[in-house]
Amino acid sequence: MKFSVALASAIEALFANLLRSFLTMLGIIIGVASVMTMMAMGEGAKARIDEQISALGASTLTLRPGSMRRGGRSLGAGAAKPFTESDIAVLASLPYAQAVSGQLSKSVTAVSGQTNWSTSLTGTDAAYFEIHDWTPTEGRVFTDREVRTGAAVAVIGKSIVDNLFDGTDPLGQRIRVNNVPVSVIGVLSEKGQSSFGSDRDDVIFIPLGTARNRIIGAHRTTPKNVSRIEVMVADGYDLKEAQNKLGEYMRERRRIKAGADDDFMVFNIADFVRARSATQATMGVLLAFMAAVALFVGGVGVMNIMLVSVTERTREIGLRMALGARGSDIMVQFLAEAIVLCGTGGLIGVVLGFAGSWIAAKTGGWEMSISPQITLISLGAAVAVGLFFGYFPARRAARLNPIDALRYE
Amino acid sequence: MTKVYAMGDQKVHALRGIDLEIAPGDFTAIMGPSGSGKSTLMNLIGALDQPTSGEMLIEGHSLSTMRPDDLADLRNRTLGFVFQQFNLLPRANALQNVKLPLRYARHEQIDADARARECLELVGLGDRMDHRPAQLSGGQQQRVAIARALAGRPRIILADEPTGALDTKTSTDIMELLVKLNATGITIILVTHEPEVAEFARRRIHFRDGLIESDERRAA
Ligand SMILES: Nc1ncnc2c1ncn2[C@@H]1O[C@H](COP(=O)(O)OP(=O)(O)OP(=O)(O)O)[C@@H](O)[C@H]1O
Ligand SMILES: [Mg+2]
Repeated sequence: MKFSVALASAIEALFANLLRSFLTMLGIIIGVASVMTMMAMGEGAKARIDEQISALGASTLTLRPGSMRRGGRSLGAGAAKPFTESDIAVLASLPYAQAVSGQLSKSVTAVSGQTNWSTSLTGTDAAYFEIHDWTPTEGRVFTDREVRTGAAVAVIGKSIVDNLFDGTDPLGQRIRVNNVPVSVIGVLSEKGQSSFGSDRDDVIFIPLGTARNRIIGAHRTTPKNVSRIEVMVADGYDLKEAQNKLGEYMRERRRIKAGADDDFMVFNIADFVRARSATQATMGVLLAFMAAVALFVGGVGVMNIMLVSVTERTREIGLRMALGARGSDIMVQFLAEAIVLCGTGGLIGVVLGFAGSWIAAKTGGWEMSISPQITLISLGAAVAVGLFFGYFPARRAARLNPIDALRYE
Repeated sequence: MTKVYAMGDQKVHALRGIDLEIAPGDFTAIMGPSGSGKSTLMNLIGALDQPTSGEMLIEGHSLSTMRPDDLADLRNRTLGFVFQQFNLLPRANALQNVKLPLRYARHEQIDADARARECLELVGLGDRMDHRPAQLSGGQQQRVAIARALAGRPRIILADEPTGALDTKTSTDIMELLVKLNATGITIILVTHEPEVAEFARRRIHFRDGLIESDERRAA
């Protein structure tokens, strides 16, 4: 018997007992819908993490003075030799460094007219905006010349605009940052919340030297220092490799003896986000496992009803055998029914899965992403469940003795 | 052949030793009291069951040496069954019922639709093809069953009490149909309780307690 013929009569059988078919499919429907939702959620969350990583600089290495730990004692960053602007200059000439930026930060009070606002100040250079792929929506960022000369200019985030300017155009206006007047030359595009929950738009950028000399006031004790250096690794270089090379290079430059601990740290921010998202991934695996369990339970339901169906139709099986059906023909017929049952359940499940993923995306705040692979895997899983759980009842039907089946009451 | 059914400790000797040869193209009626082993013999002839001892041969081939798939093909191509209770699929119409055995025909390319129509015409149901069993009379249902038995162009038709569920008039119609088929060369073996039905056969075999009591042939 051709499989297409078996499929056609299996579909007929499904419609012949619509309510029962539907109830049997329910487990599969729920299983497939949850498998799909879980996978879509996993992908959506992953896409969001990737987005966060790229926002933080997917190929960026960060250097900080100090070490994580030494002899069990944690040392503050201040205890170690700081980086300086000359470090920035030499790092910029390394072949794998596409852009190098230095930073100094401080919490400050910004005042415009009568309005006060506590915010954070970052002194940096033009490379910062390149590394962070952050462009102004209004005005511009610093020029190299402004950085060199220590101009009193500021580029501000969207939240500063909202809190200090209240609707008026901030461009060209003056704000006083810890009593130092700077004029606004640019407003940056909105970045929203960071993955750590802080407002990334609540920040004022001014040139590095301006911040050090006039606001932070560190130029006397540690002239030219920067508290943090970011290196954007050029295309075609492996991030991990660059991270190792950079560490080696800095050890040499800072004359650290072999065997001695580093007095600085090189890390890539993506590692942090990934470590954090590992917990989410575990959660996702757990949910996917539960979805698989749902599918399994659905499969057991299908097997149960198939066994009932084989028993109910024993006489019919006997008749078919008397008319010349081989065991394999009977097997194919019942397998086809199990597959049709699970496949139809799978299709309905996919539709529900789309709905579930949409709701999950809405509440989770990410783009809904259902790849064709997810759909195919979910449908495939349903059909596989049909094959797996249909096999035993189908085999039982195929192994019936013709005369016993025909005389069965 | 003998056939013994084991019912727990008890043994039922359904056939105690049957030695029988049926010639191609013959029309044989098997008669006898209830429980005398008629259906048991039909099941052995029909390759649905195996004898406890002895051997069953169809066209020279021993059934005991054949594999299950070969037996299925034999039932499909060489034999045609007609049952007392018709055994039609209730959800399928007459045409679909007749086509059923052709689904399992794997050696020949058959236009199943044309063949089934032809068989239904032959049993006089050309105008009832899309009727379902519930929409047909008993006699009509049995004709559908006969058409189904004919669909595979069998050389032997086995009918176990084909008229058992029908009235006398309808029984006569069915028997006349079988006589007509027999005239085309098909071997017919039928089981019946009714002497009037057995009248249509050329050879009549009487069973009693699993043994052949008499075997007579109608004078031509
Ligand atoms: N599957 C079975 N298991 C046990 N005993 C059986 C089985 N089938 C038939 N028998 C027994 O074998 C004997 C012959 O049965 P069989 O069906 O051949 O009789 P029959 O001549 O066809 O009778 P009837 O005219 O009532 O149909 C009976 O005693 C019956 O009880
Ligand atoms: Mg009987």
